[in-house]
Amino acid sequence: MTPFLASIGLPEIIAGILVLGLNAYVLTGGADFGGGVWDLFARGPRKAEQRELIAKSIGPIWEANHVWLILVVVILFTAFPAAFATLGIVLHIPLSLMLVGIVLRGSSFVFRSYGSTHKGAQRRWGRVFAIASIVTPVLLGIIVGAIATGAVGGAASTLPTKAGAPSANASFNSVFVAPWLAPFPLAVGALALAMFAFLAAVYLAYAATDDALRDDFRRRALGAAVAMFVAAFGGLGVAQMHAPSVSRDLTSGFALYFQVATGIAAVSAIAALWTRRWAVARIAAVAQVSLILWGWVVVQYPYVIPPSQTLRATAAPRITLVLLLYGLVGGSLILFPSLVYLYRTFAARDAESAQIEQAPRG
Amino acid sequence: MNDLLAARTQMAISLGFHIVFAEIGIAMPLMMLIAEWRWRRTGDPTYLQLARRWAKGTAILFAIGAVSGTVLSFELGLLWPGFMRLAGPLIGMPFSLEGFAFFLEAIFLGVYLYGWDRVSPRAHLAAGAMVAASGAASAVFVVMVNAWMNTPAGFDLSPDGALVNIDPIAAMQSPAAFQQALHMLIAAYAATGLAVAGVHALMLLRGGPSAFHTRALGIALLVGAPAAVLQPLSGDISARVVAVTQPVKLAALESQWTTERGAPLRIGGLPDAERERTRWAIEIPYGLSLLAFHDPHAEVKGLDIVAKADRPPIAVVHVAFQVMVALGSAMALVGLFAGWVTWRRKDVTTNRTLLRALVIVTPFGFIATEAGWIVTEVGRQPWVVQGIMRTSDAVTPMPGLAVPMTLFTLLYIGLGAIVVALMTSLVRETA
Repeated sequence: MTPFLASIGLPEIIAGILVLGLNAYVLTGGADFGGGVWDLFARGPRKAEQRELIAKSIGPIWEANHVWLILVVVILFTAFPAAFATLGIVLHIPLSLMLVGIVLRGSSFVFRSYGSTHKGAQRRWGRVFAIASIVTPVLLGIIVGAIATGAVGGAASTLPTKAGAPSANASFNSVFVAPWLAPFPLAVGALALAMFAFLAAVYLAYAATDDALRDDFRRRALGAAVAMFVAAFGGLGVAQMHAPSVSRDLTSGFALYFQVATGIAAVSAIAALWTRRWAVARIAAVAQVSLILWGWVVVQYPYVIPPSQTLRATAAPRITLVLLLYGLVGGSLILFPSLVYLYRTFAARDAESAQIEQAPRG
Repeated sequence: MNDLLAARTQMAISLGFHIVFAEIGIAMPLMMLIAEWRWRRTGDPTYLQLARRWAKGTAILFAIGAVSGTVLSFELGLLWPGFMRLAGPLIGMPFSLEGFAFFLEAIFLGVYLYGWDRVSPRAHLAAGAMVAASGAASAVFVVMVNAWMNTPAGFDLSPDGALVNIDPIAAMQSPAAFQQALHMLIAAYAATGLAVAGVHALMLLRGGPSAFHTRALGIALLVGAPAAVLQPLSGDISARVVAVTQPVKLAALESQWTTERGAPLRIGGLPDAERERTRWAIEIPYGLSLLAFHDPHAEVKGLDIVAKADRPPIAVVHVAFQVMVALGSAMALVGLFAGWVTWRRKDVTTNRTLLRALVIVTPFGFIATEAGWIVTEVGRQPWVVQGIMRTSDAVTPMPGLAVPMTLFTLLYIGLGAIVVALMTSLVRETA
């Protein structure tokens, strides 16, 4: 057995499930944010149709997709409470701003869908929805980038041990701002935004029933792919200057396999889009984005918050992890059939039922 | 404003905002479901119209509940990292079960709202039932966590203040868990049911006979009135558990300054913490001993059992408790009135006295809920976990907490105003 496999225990299994939850959030909830991006950039003769397809694709499922984030947070604070506490303290500002984005995105979407039929009001809510859909992914990326650089862990180690006690060597800026308002986290923020927009465009190209509309989203997907490429390599360049340890870890050892696999998936996605193979493009895009996420996780293992807080050191007592595992497995047995049912019911590529959707409302 | 107070205010506002939407999210799906079921049974299209109208309102309110609930789950770490570090492993279990319940709620609400013509009638009703059931389950799981903070159980305390030998299952069944969950669930049905009844009663008073509002009122009363009548009984169970497990909280909410046998019940009044007495209260001899212990001569512990620094702000807790009891009693009376009219085989929708009473109590349930949460949360201060951890030891070391507090307060004031405006226009559409 390799040393890696030998090191797998309960904390690693729970952490693996946590990352799977985050992966599901990125692929589903992330794409819903991406939909908001394309709502803002709806252009051309089919502007209204683009917005309509986005709203129809997101409508029934965005709330369920959003719950993945809550599940991730709950697993984090149950299984790795010390890590959750550190993130809450050091990343207070970007997390709070992200929450404002989440609140505004969700509420403006329902206000637009169910609220006033007044066109001006609908346009205003659409604008809030679209802007919140851009800001939130950037903040999520910034948070991940800040953790990856080790700056969050570094700032946490300078914190006073007792709440409220003054600390001699830590200024407000160095603990609560500098770790995340830095070039590398910002580059990851841009990458996250491009990634979500890419996923959304690929899904929408697949879901569209009209060829012209499908080509609109094909062009957008290709554009987002280029933006992802720029953000990823820009980020790597920034990392070489500002976070050398990250760039070294990302391009060495095990992580390199992930980078190569990500590259293959990226090329496949673009090739499939180019040749209009929508189903293949969707699978390749999902693979590409998932590989980027897992590439980060592999680099960071065994740390939850580098450079010093490991999974093991921040893990809850064994009994908590055992019960949590039972809970997660049991919950999944109900959750997954329900999710499949939801997605099947609203499989967007069902032209016939899309017609019925237009039936009068109460 | 110091950071601790700012953090407490932000948490109070976030919870106080969320809880209204959470209550509606528990009770509204049940009412939608009854309306749809009546439609499927009778074929009366008014019931279908009603189910769809209520579903539209629920869609907006549920989304606000979902996002404000997300804020709370993050705020546990943003504002109270010390608490989460201590208690996360012990109280994570009900939170993760709540996560799954919330998942089911969101999934089947999506099916319900968007699936009228996509799934079979039976599947549609079943989806509604799933929403109603998982909403109630979510509430029970979350309240279990709060109950643990009031009556912590399932661990040993190590000399350095850490929780050892933890038992998360025992923590879920802390002494306050059952009565708090019961009280919260009944509150959700009573508050939402009577609020909806009040809205439709107003439309009937203003617009005259209407099949739509008559049927709406019937279903809203079916859910709200029995709950409102039962709530005082559940409150009695709550008070007796608090008397045993949290004597200081009981003393604060009744403003019982000194330990005494045959303690009187004080109704109203304003406690003066400086002079340790309560002015202008009506005192009913032996009342408190009777209520709390079902024995007129039972000893009731007073605030004097702890040092002044360990007492909650008595005036706030006492007044909030009086408000909750007064509004809850009024709701129970209106519920009984509605029951009496029905029992006399009279039509509840033409009894103008009842309709007027319902209009008056429309907001009572939500105000009583807020007051109740003030009682249980402020009444536990200065502890975040009763007797184990002080709130001041749980708060984040980040300075300047007045800024996020102001930000979220403004955000919620804005959202609240928009929701009220939308709901008003939704009701007007049916007039």
